[in-house]
Amino acid sequence: MLDCTPKEQKERNSGGAINPAKTCQPIGAMYAALGIHGCLPHSHGSQGCCSFHRMHLSRHFREPAMASTSSFTEGASVFGGGANLKTAIKNVFSIYNPEIMAVHTTCLTETIGDDIPSIIKSAEIPEGKLVIHANTPSYQGSHVTGFSNMTKGMVSYLAEATLPVKKEQVNLIPGFVNPGDMREIKRIARVMGITSIMFPDTSGVMDAPLTGKFSMYPKGGATVEQIKDSGNSRLTLALGRFASSEAAELLSKKCQVPASVLKTPIGIKATDELIMALRRAFSQEVPYELEEERGQLVDIMTDTHFHFHGKQVAIFGDPDIVTGLTEFVLSLGMKPVHVLTGTPGGAVGSGMGSFEEEIRGMLAAAGVSANVKAGGDLFTFQQWIKNQPVDLIIGTTYGKYIARAEDIPLVRVGFPILDRSVHSYLPIVGYRGAMRLIESISGALLDRADRDATDEDFELVM
Amino acid sequence: MAVTEKELQEILDQYPSKVQKNRAKHILIKDGASEQIIEANTRTIPGIITNRGCAYAGCKGVVLGPLKDMVHITHGPIGCGYYTWATRRNKAKSEDPTQNFLNYCVSTDMQESDIVFGGEKKLAKMIDEVVEIFHPKAITVSATCPVGLIGDDINAVARAAEGRHGLPVLAFSCEGYKGVSQSAGHHIANNILMDKVIGASEEEKAGGKYPINILGEYNIGGDSWEIERVLKDIGYTIVSVMTGDGSYEELKNAHIAELNLVQCHRSINYIAEMLETKYGTPWLKVNFIGVQGMSSSLRSMAMYFGDEELIAKTEEVIARELTRIEPVMEQYKKICEGKTAFCFVGGSRGHHYQGLFAEIGIETILAGYEFAHRDDYEGRQVIPTIKTDADSKNIPELQVSADERRFRLKVSPEKMEELKQKIPLSYYEGMNVTMKDGTIVVDDLNHFETEEFIKILKPDIFASGIKDKYVIQKMGIPAKQLHSYDYSGPYAGFNGAVNFARDVSMGFASPTWNFIVPPWKDEPLLTGTVNEEGVA
Repeated sequence: MLDCTPKEQKERNSGGAINPAKTCQPIGAMYAALGIHGCLPHSHGSQGCCSFHRMHLSRHFREPAMASTSSFTEGASVFGGGANLKTAIKNVFSIYNPEIMAVHTTCLTETIGDDIPSIIKSAEIPEGKLVIHANTPSYQGSHVTGFSNMTKGMVSYLAEATLPVKKEQVNLIPGFVNPGDMREIKRIARVMGITSIMFPDTSGVMDAPLTGKFSMYPKGGATVEQIKDSGNSRLTLALGRFASSEAAELLSKKCQVPASVLKTPIGIKATDELIMALRRAFSQEVPYELEEERGQLVDIMTDTHFHFHGKQVAIFGDPDIVTGLTEFVLSLGMKPVHVLTGTPGGAVGSGMGSFEEEIRGMLAAAGVSANVKAGGDLFTFQQWIKNQPVDLIIGTTYGKYIARAEDIPLVRVGFPILDRSVHSYLPIVGYRGAMRLIESISGALLDRADRDATDEDFELVM
Repeated sequence: MAVTEKELQEILDQYPSKVQKNRAKHILIKDGASEQIIEANTRTIPGIITNRGCAYAGCKGVVLGPLKDMVHITHGPIGCGYYTWATRRNKAKSEDPTQNFLNYCVSTDMQESDIVFGGEKKLAKMIDEVVEIFHPKAITVSATCPVGLIGDDINAVARAAEGRHGLPVLAFSCEGYKGVSQSAGHHIANNILMDKVIGASEEEKAGGKYPINILGEYNIGGDSWEIERVLKDIGYTIVSVMTGDGSYEELKNAHIAELNLVQCHRSINYIAEMLETKYGTPWLKVNFIGVQGMSSSLRSMAMYFGDEELIAKTEEVIARELTRIEPVMEQYKKICEGKTAFCFVGGSRGHHYQGLFAEIGIETILAGYEFAHRDDYEGRQVIPTIKTDADSKNIPELQVSADERRFRLKVSPEKMEELKQKIPLSYYEGMNVTMKDGTIVVDDLNHFETEEFIKILKPDIFASGIKDKYVIQKMGIPAKQLHSYDYSGPYAGFNGAVNFARDVSMGFASPTWNFIVPPWKDEPLLTGTVNEEGVA
């Protein structure tokens, strides 16, 4: 397994990737668009892009990922894709009848410079139906950037400030997380008695029930009305700097909704911060239900600290998720010695160049020295591990090759998880999500201890 | 159950007129009494939710991907390389694990500056880096959409790298917008393998008896290994497989085979033709899917070589395998008997699996291909009548002629004619002829038609791919992935037939279907007794 990766690290200066820890923008845009109720995402490019993205989303969620394509041919690539997109818009509304189409671009259509807004303007769109778009050049950023761009597109096309006084409601931009996480974040707001608008919201879409009837537009998703109304909210909480901050900033500019950027609420500290932000903004006392959950989490952390304290861990994945995980494993007393994201740290826009800085800050505070890299790949990650072995890897399914090659347990967190199920239904965010993470981390370490123990050291109680 | 012309028209009537006109040509109700033409390998209309992918997927994803001892570089933004990394289940093992690169994904990860200023330098550096780290025997470079648009000359970069490093660097201009589906990419990949790799060794004679190549077999879920198990048992020498568990080293020798077997007609038939022209090696259409398909393919092969000992051994192995698996198949048949299937796969499986379905008592009532050409439906005799359009003209045609040194007729022309009467030598009859009257043939089936045909025909199982799978299952119908086999397999050969029967039966027998309707949906909330006398 991965027998061609040398231990010796030489500088690689091609700028290419070997075993990437990211994919391209459009899949993030497609996933975000699925978080609008009644929306059909549309991929403006070659058929392969749409096919690859639908396949990958379906493999991760084990759900239909419906989307259409402009089916580019060589002719369209030369003469421009306007005709293709207009034909597509006409056909999509007449055959698949969505409420709204969300068009994202690809490297092809960005390279030839198709002007999407003017194509949309000249397209036949049935009365009452909407077409929005986001530019998602695959040669910038990563899938997280694409998610961010489509979320921003929702704000720029839909959000409106229509009231003189803001409503007592909060906008929650959840970032590139699973439907199970989105449900949990909404529940926290609900339990606190705060009305919330979440967008994108893939719960009820990418975790829809089996009923015996296929619905192309399942019950879930943020409605167009809700996204419009987000301009009337009193506050936006952008959860995850990389996936959510730009939409929040735009909403603040466009509709004067104050924005606060928080971490993806993974682990106790980030969840505390989310709850405190809601408490302060809406002067709502934290109900016992959440206080009890928090107390249970602290109870678990304390009771089992010897399972994980001091263990060395290597973490990779999307920047917002990795940031949350790093903070959480530090609060468990673990040592994150390798921390990597495939998404470039200095990605498009402001305030995002700080992945490495933020992680280094957390590590310095805990007195841990580590390899930290944004825009890295799994070839580098494996070489780090070869040179400094760890007790545990936390990352996506792609980590399983390294886990096997280096004989290290893997806890699967993030996107994509292609070889296990149920992960998308249950949260890793909030206090409950933190409990679930501890169960996985502690379980993986103890399973390994059981596997490696000699008969005489094999323990019944641990 | 069948679809009437009227019902078909009602489905089509729901389309906008241009779409209707187009789609009507891609769908037919089988009628053996008339000569039926189907349109295929033409553009999908924008906005239609198709299952099709692109030329890059067909080139790097399908054909090149399985070649284990080459490092495959994707020149482009990150997605294309990422999505073709270990997702297709083309298994491979290698005696030298340091020369098996299938777990690796190498991409130039083009950035905006590369798009603006060109990506040739980055590609050249990436090749250097790959040589330094991996020391492969050969390298491929596959282009993605923007590469062609910005005008990167990947052939020049590859040639220069060959000069620097002294190893083959093959460049494939398989930009995603070329052609109309993956099929274009198969052509681009295979043509270059034909041109640059096959025959590149100095070998002139195989080391064993009955040397063969297996063309169009990608070892999904280990299919090729199950086929090879049986072939080796009978006594064949497998020179190369294109390209499942394949390698650059083996493929170089493909010219020394005495017979080429064609499993996936769609992706490789033209290479089989070229090999015949260049080296005089005939090809045989085989179908290793299903017990009947496997047995009759083995018999055809034995008849081709015409050696009594080989024929006897073939019968012995078939008898042995049948004795072993038939009782097991019978058990699964009890579960599946009388059921119906839709079978919509890529380019050959839509046909191949119909026989295996029939063996377990399942009738295929709708079938089609995602990216086939007319000959895959109607048979090779229509090839001269297929019109080339703008989309097929931009795929370079490779012209080959007889290799003066190596051309050798393996079979006399008289013998060839005699054999052609008995076995599918250099011929494929297509899918349509094997389908029953009244069944539906659909090319490039789309989401809308999928839903509509299911409403009318209510199949018991739907064999397709991942993009359809969960759509179908939401309807309460088992869906079987025939691209990835739902991570099971092998499905080819004798053991594969048993695996398939087991998995399909599991789809029907799973108790989970019984829970779809919650108990409260079947029982009123308030219950009372009815007083028969009508008095309260």
